[in-house]
Amino acid sequence: MHEKTPLFHITKRGALPWYRAWMIRAIGIIAALILCALVTTVLTGVNPLQVYVTIFKGSFASARRFWDMLQKLSILLCVSLAVTPAFRMRFWNIGGEGQVLIGGLATAACMILLGGKLPNWALILLMIASSIVAGAIWGGIPAIFKAKWNTNETLFTLMMNYVAIQLVRYFSVVWESPKGSGTIGMINQATQAGWLPEIGNKYLLKILVVAVLTVGVYVYLNYSKHGYEIAVVGESERTARYVGIKVEKVIVRTMLLSGAICGIAGLLLVGGTDHTLTDTIAGGRGFTAVMVSWLAKFNPIWMILTSFLLVFLDKGASEISAMFSLNQSFSDILTGIILFFIIGCEFFINYQIQFRKSGKEEQ
Amino acid sequence: MEKKTPAVKMRNITKRFGSILANDKCWLDIYRGEILALLGENGSGKTTLMNMLSGIYFPDEGEISIDGKPVVIRSPKDAFDLGIGMIHQHFKLVDVLTATENIVLGLDGKLDLKEAAKKIREICDTYGFEVDPDQKIYDMSVSQKQTVEIIKVLYRGADILILDEPTAVLTPQETDKLFAVLRNMRNDDKAIVIITHKMHEVEALSDRVAVLRHGQFIGDMLTKDTDAQEMTNMMVGRPVTLNIDRPEPKNPKPRIEVKGLTVRSMDGILKLDDVSFTANSGEILGIAGISGCGQKELLEAIAGLQPTEGGSITYIEDDGTREELLGKDPLSIAEMGVTLSFVPEDRLGMGLVGNMDLSDNMMLRSFRRGRGIFTDRRSPKKLAETVVQELEVNTPGVSTPVRRLSGGNVQKVLVGREISAAPTVLLTAYAVRGLDINSSYMIYDLINRQKAEGVAVIYVGEDLDVLLELADRILVLCGGKVSGIVPGRGATKRDVGMMMTKMGGNQANA
Repeated sequence: MHEKTPLFHITKRGALPWYRAWMIRAIGIIAALILCALVTTVLTGVNPLQVYVTIFKGSFASARRFWDMLQKLSILLCVSLAVTPAFRMRFWNIGGEGQVLIGGLATAACMILLGGKLPNWALILLMIASSIVAGAIWGGIPAIFKAKWNTNETLFTLMMNYVAIQLVRYFSVVWESPKGSGTIGMINQATQAGWLPEIGNKYLLKILVVAVLTVGVYVYLNYSKHGYEIAVVGESERTARYVGIKVEKVIVRTMLLSGAICGIAGLLLVGGTDHTLTDTIAGGRGFTAVMVSWLAKFNPIWMILTSFLLVFLDKGASEISAMFSLNQSFSDILTGIILFFIIGCEFFINYQIQFRKSGKEEQ
Repeated sequence: MEKKTPAVKMRNITKRFGSILANDKCWLDIYRGEILALLGENGSGKTTLMNMLSGIYFPDEGEISIDGKPVVIRSPKDAFDLGIGMIHQHFKLVDVLTATENIVLGLDGKLDLKEAAKKIREICDTYGFEVDPDQKIYDMSVSQKQTVEIIKVLYRGADILILDEPTAVLTPQETDKLFAVLRNMRNDDKAIVIITHKMHEVEALSDRVAVLRHGQFIGDMLTKDTDAQEMTNMMVGRPVTLNIDRPEPKNPKPRIEVKGLTVRSMDGILKLDDVSFTANSGEILGIAGISGCGQKELLEAIAGLQPTEGGSITYIEDDGTREELLGKDPLSIAEMGVTLSFVPEDRLGMGLVGNMDLSDNMMLRSFRRGRGIFTDRRSPKKLAETVVQELEVNTPGVSTPVRRLSGGNVQKVLVGREISAAPTVLLTAYAVRGLDINSSYMIYDLINRQKAEGVAVIYVGEDLDVLLELADRILVLCGGKVSGIVPGRGATKRDVGMMMTKMGGNQANA
């Protein structure tokens, strides 16, 4: 009649040494790959190893693919770096998409309206300044409302995305080229006015810009007074006020920064990669960046890894849909499984499951 | 000695949280018809042990028997089925529901609120509770909410009750009422465990005491066979002196002059009404009053955190220069060169950042001092190490998040940081709330040392016995008004208690 002890119970772990935590993550990824393989075989009959090789090829099969992967990684990382200071402050900025678009719009405006009228170096300087300012304004508006009237930043930044999309659509018609297409087309294709210069190859400039930004944001968040203020405000506004931090000021300042970096991402996209502007140019990165930032626990250096993972999976996904004539949904399933396992790992890093010791305890 | 079977027998209970050993082969016997006081310093594993009995945690090792039968408690429901109920420090009630609705919430069977209300009234009559079953929780005082929690447990048929620091939130009068009820329940042959830090409560209420130290069971004895000194020594593990010093103030000079201070809350309620007093250097000014009588607003107004409606707060420097503090925020007060330290009531919500480590918390006051745009991390770390060493903070290291520390250690970190700035004014709110006796005495000692250095200390306290022993003068607040200022030496608990509850106590010339 004795009740049994439960089969297992869950307890919180103390801090794990880093290698144990990474071992758990490695096990998680291996488990995810095994499950993906099973799903692939059962659903499509394709050899899963082939699928993995193809995913890998998506990013590494050629030098061009590799550089392209690095460029995509850079842009995604740039947007992720932008939202991270706000996230550290517990300000849920999901308006990265709109802030990137507005930065892109400002860049395109400079290129279209001033291309050929200014020396190229002056044009590019102006593009840089205006994209930063435009992004900062777009990030600053919700921050001011939050600081003054405590509006909900998540909804506000989300709504600002749609405003930005509509603005871009409007100007796509104003600046349409050729007439009647409703799209802007390649800007200054003949003169290449305002196209960001190439160094080495056409990818390197953006990669370097983002590399510098990564280090900059890392240092700013971890070693500067501003970064410390952001952390305190994020943890407890009351504590911040208690030590004389002006919370409103920090919120606005941080979102100006957040928006400004998004503006740079817009600049890189319009001025450096696409040389055109569409309402989908941000490509959902404003939202993917949220995931990159969270997965890396808001650490800019880890974000290099997490944005690599997402870009790698994404490129691999399009590769297998092309190779095996599976549609994009199938690769989304695989991406979903892998992310599920990676996020699930955190549970096992923070908690442990203790199984019942067999034998005497039960009497 | 005891012939009867214990209601609860816990044996060799071990519980680890990560690398921290909360309970280490802990023993405990609980008997029916007895009030057991469970004693121990902060972090000695009292609450953890009781949480295992009430099904919140599951022990890693060990056995529990109820009335001699081995049992396994996997969940709070298992505990309830065995007649074990726990009243936690933080109430778990739904604000918009009535007392009755809260009490029957989650019970199986047909929902019959009338029947339930009747049964609740019966319980109230039996033990002498005063509560209206139809009153909404949001209309209730803290003490009424606690009553609902106790009835909830009794309603479910508990006959082994555990109360975790039930008096921490109560006024002396409410505490007396609670004790009367607990005695009634004991006489009804229920087993009662009370966790508390207040020695006079242990002596007044309990029949038996059990002492834990570092997660281990040290011993138990009948309350009548022991005294506060012996219990404290057992808790701490070495002899401790239980006297609070009160040296005469040296050369006291007016430091803070408050005149006609009036504060209204956001909802327009008058929180402070024409409050005037002077705090002197080298002196401890105690603030007494039932909780919520404007103590918090008073301190926060001086610290520059509370918008005020009228009056003035003047800071007087040693050379007689007068400066107005009212209307300034903490940063501008600091920039004026006034070193004002403040130990707020809400330690982890205001004074410290729970998720940051000790060093980073030390930096809260000093981060602006770094070079250029960068913070200086070295001196906060050094300060953290000094504080840990000098105040005997029990922590794995200075890079541990402070929320992982026990209450007493959190407070030591906060007080340590605040006095490290060499303040001229020290404001403390409930500096020893929730602290064990050893930590409390250490805090009193620290405050006295500040006084000796000429700091004007304003000490908001809830324990009248301590205020009467520690403060040079006691200001009594009642409903936001000053009902009197009396010298600490010679004042009686009865006088101050009277002034706390009604206006117009004797305005002594202090």
